[in-house]
Amino acid sequence: MKLTPAVLTYLKVLILVAVVPAIVGFVIVLAERRLMGFMQVRLGPNRVGPKGLLQGVADLVKLVTKEDITPAQAEKAVYFLAPVLAVIPSLTALAVIPFGPAVQIGKIKTPLWVAADVNIGLLFLLAITSIGVYGIILGGWASNNKYSLLGGLRSAAQLVSYEVPMGLALVSVLLMTRSLSMVEIVERQGRLGLWFVFPGLLAFFLYFVSGVAETNRNPFDLPEAESELVSGFNTEYSGVKFAFFFLGEYAAMIVISCVAVTVFFGGWLPPFPSVAALKFLGVIPPFGWFLIKTGFFLFCYIWFRSTFPRYRFDQLMALGWKWMIPIALANIVIVALAILATPGRSHGLFVLSYIFGGLFVLMYLLAKLRQRLTRRERLAAAPASASE
Amino acid sequence: MSDERPISETEKGLALRTAEELRTAALSAAESVPVSLHPPTLFDVQEMELNFGPQHPSTHGVLRLVVRVDGEKIIETKPDIGYLHRGTEKLFETETYPMGIPHTDRLDYVAAATNNHAYCLTVEKLLGVEIPRRAQLVRVILDELQRLSSHLVWLGTSGIDLGAVTPFWYAFREREQILDFFEEYCGARLTLNCMRIGGLPFDLTAGWIERLTEFIDDLPSRIDDYEQLLTENRIWKKRTVDVGVISGEECIEWGVTGPVLRASGVEWDLRRAQPYECYDELDFAIPTRVNGDTYDRYVVRVQEMRQSARIIKQCLDLLEPGEVRGKVPRVIKPLAEEVYASIESPKGELGFYCVSNGTNRPYRMHVRPPSFINLQALPRLAKGHLVSDLVALIGTIDIVLGEVDR
Repeated sequence: MKLTPAVLTYLKVLILVAVVPAIVGFVIVLAERRLMGFMQVRLGPNRVGPKGLLQGVADLVKLVTKEDITPAQAEKAVYFLAPVLAVIPSLTALAVIPFGPAVQIGKIKTPLWVAADVNIGLLFLLAITSIGVYGIILGGWASNNKYSLLGGLRSAAQLVSYEVPMGLALVSVLLMTRSLSMVEIVERQGRLGLWFVFPGLLAFFLYFVSGVAETNRNPFDLPEAESELVSGFNTEYSGVKFAFFFLGEYAAMIVISCVAVTVFFGGWLPPFPSVAALKFLGVIPPFGWFLIKTGFFLFCYIWFRSTFPRYRFDQLMALGWKWMIPIALANIVIVALAILATPGRSHGLFVLSYIFGGLFVLMYLLAKLRQRLTRRERLAAAPASASE
Repeated sequence: MSDERPISETEKGLALRTAEELRTAALSAAESVPVSLHPPTLFDVQEMELNFGPQHPSTHGVLRLVVRVDGEKIIETKPDIGYLHRGTEKLFETETYPMGIPHTDRLDYVAAATNNHAYCLTVEKLLGVEIPRRAQLVRVILDELQRLSSHLVWLGTSGIDLGAVTPFWYAFREREQILDFFEEYCGARLTLNCMRIGGLPFDLTAGWIERLTEFIDDLPSRIDDYEQLLTENRIWKKRTVDVGVISGEECIEWGVTGPVLRASGVEWDLRRAQPYECYDELDFAIPTRVNGDTYDRYVVRVQEMRQSARIIKQCLDLLEPGEVRGKVPRVIKPLAEEVYASIESPKGELGFYCVSNGTNRPYRMHVRPPSFINLQALPRLAKGHLVSDLVALIGTIDIVLGEVDR
C-alpha cells in the first residue's frame, strides 16, 4: 500500500484511538495509584505482575466482565449514549495536538506527529472538548437517581462556567501568536526563543485551574464528589459503560495537559530553545520533551488530588465568575497593551515575562512568610497549660 | 458528686423526650414521602426528597437522613436512627454487673476504653469502692489514648468527607500504633474490655511504658503534619469556617457536650468540672474557641489531641508499682440505690444511670450517649446549608452509630 497522506492520516488516527486508551489504562492509572500510595504512606497496588505493572490488565478484565446494569426506570437510549459522549470528544481533541515537529520523508515534508494540522486548531479544541460535558449531564439525568441528577447539574454549571476563563486565557495567547494553528503556536515559541508561559504566566494559571475544573478532578471534583453524591453522575454505571466514563475523564486530563504543554510550554521544544549553551538538551528527541512535560502536568493532577479538599459548589462558582473571569479579562488587556506598546511586537512579551516572573517570586515569598507567621501565631494562641 | 448536678437531670429528660420525638418525626417522614408519579425530568423539579443513607459513604455508619432539598439547599433534615439498635440497655438488666462491661465496648466502638471506664465508675460508685492509685493512672492513660485514637478516626474521616484524602492515611498510621498498644495491653484492638469493677484486669506488660513514651514524644510532630495539610489550607477553611454555627447557649439547651460545646466558647470538661480518677492532679488545658463553627470544632479537637499527649506523659511519670485491682466482693450485690456517674468521653459527656434493686443484676441501666444527644442538633445545624455542608456537619459532630442506637 502506498503511503499517501490519506493513509498516513488513517494510521495516525488509529494510533491515537488505540494508544491513548492503552496509556490511560496501563500507565496513568497505575502511576496515579502508586504515586498516591507513596504520598499517603502506603504501598498502592503491587500484587499483579512485577511491581504491580499489570494492574491495568486486571482492572480491564474486571470492568469488561462485570455485569452491565441499566436501572429499571432509566432513559435507555440516553443512558447508553452518555458514556460514548464522554469519551469521544476527548479522543477527538487529540487530533490537533502536535506531538512533534514536521518530518522530512523523501521529498515531502509532512507533519508526521500531528493527526490534523488544521489552521483553527485551538478553536476546534475548545469546541470539541465542551461537548464532553453532555456525556456527564445526560448520564446523570438518564440514570434516574437523585444523586446522579445532582452530579449532572453540578457538572453542567461547573463546566459552562470554567469554559469561559479557559477560553479567555487562551485568547491572550492568541494575541501573542496571531495564529490558531497548534503547530504554528509551537513554532512561534521556537522562533521567539520564549515559552509563552513566561509572558502568559497569569493565563497559564487560569488555564490550568480551569482545566482541572473542566476535567472534574480534585479540588473541583464536585460532579463526582464521592463522599457527598456517592460518585454523582456515574453512580448507576457499571462495567464497560463505567470504564468509558473513566477513560473519558483520563483522556480529558491528557488533552488538558497536552494543550498546556503545546500552548504554554513550547510543545516539543526543549527549554530555552534559543540559548546556545543549552543546545545539548536536544539529545532528548522532541517527542521525548513533549512526553516529559505532559507527564509533569499529569503528575500535578495526581498531586492536587492527594493534597486538596474539595470546594463547595457555590464557592466553585464564585471562584470562577468573581475571580477568574475578571482576571482573565484584565490579562487580555495587559497582554494586548504590552504587544502594542513596543515596536517589534515581541519585545513587549519579554518585558511582560520579567514583570510576571518578578511578581510570581514576590508572591511566593510573601505566601511563605505569611505561612510562617500564621503558624507562629497559632502555636502561641494554643493553650499550653492549665494555668492560662 | 454528679447526680445532683442540674445539667445532667435536664439532659436525661431531654434525651428521652427527643428520642420519642425523633421516632414520630421519622415515621411521619416515611409516610409523607410522595411516590414519584412523574417520569424523571429536569423541568418540574422544585423540591426534592433526598434519602441520605443508611448506605452512604459519609454518614459514618448507618445513619439515615431524610433531607428535603431545593436544588442543593437544605430545607429540612430528619435523622432516622435505629438501624444499629441492639437493645444494649435492656441487655444490662439480664447480666450481672461484671458481665455488662463487654456490652459497653459495642456502644461507641471507636472508643471502647472510655465506655468501659464510665460503666465501671458507675458500678464502683454504687458499691463505694476505691480503686488503687496505679489503676487510676493506667485508666487515665488508656482513656487519653482512646481519646487520641477516636479523634484520629474523626480527623481522617471528616477529611475524607470534605475531599481531603491524605490526612486519613496519616491519622490512621498513628491510630494503628495506638491500637497496637491496646492489643499489647489487653489482647483486643477495638472491643477492648480493658477495665474491671474496682480496677483493671491486668498490669502493664514489660516495655509498654517505654514504647508508649517514645510514641507520645513523637506525637506532636505527627499532629503538626496533619495541621500542615489542613489548618491553614484555604479550601479547608472555606469549607469549614462559618459552617454550622451554634452558640454556647444553644449547645446547653440542646444538651450538646464535648468538643462541640467547647468550640462554642463554653469551658465545660468533666475532667476539670467533676474530676474523676486523678485528673485533678494533672496539668492540662481545656481548649476552647468562640465561633462554634466547623473550623473551631476542628481546631478544638486537634488541640485536645496535643493535651491528651501531655496528660499521658504526666501519668507515665507518676506511675509507680502497685496493685491494679481494688478490694471488690466476689459477688457484686450493691444496695438498692440509684447512681449516675459520667466521664468526658472523646465525644462528650458519657454517663451511666444505674438503678439497683439489691440483686446482682441492675434493675435498670440507662446510658447517656454523647453522640445521640449531639446528633439532635444536626437538623438545627444543617438548615439552610448545602448538601456538601451536610456531609461536613455529620463529620463535625463526630457521631458513632453504635452509641446513637445502642
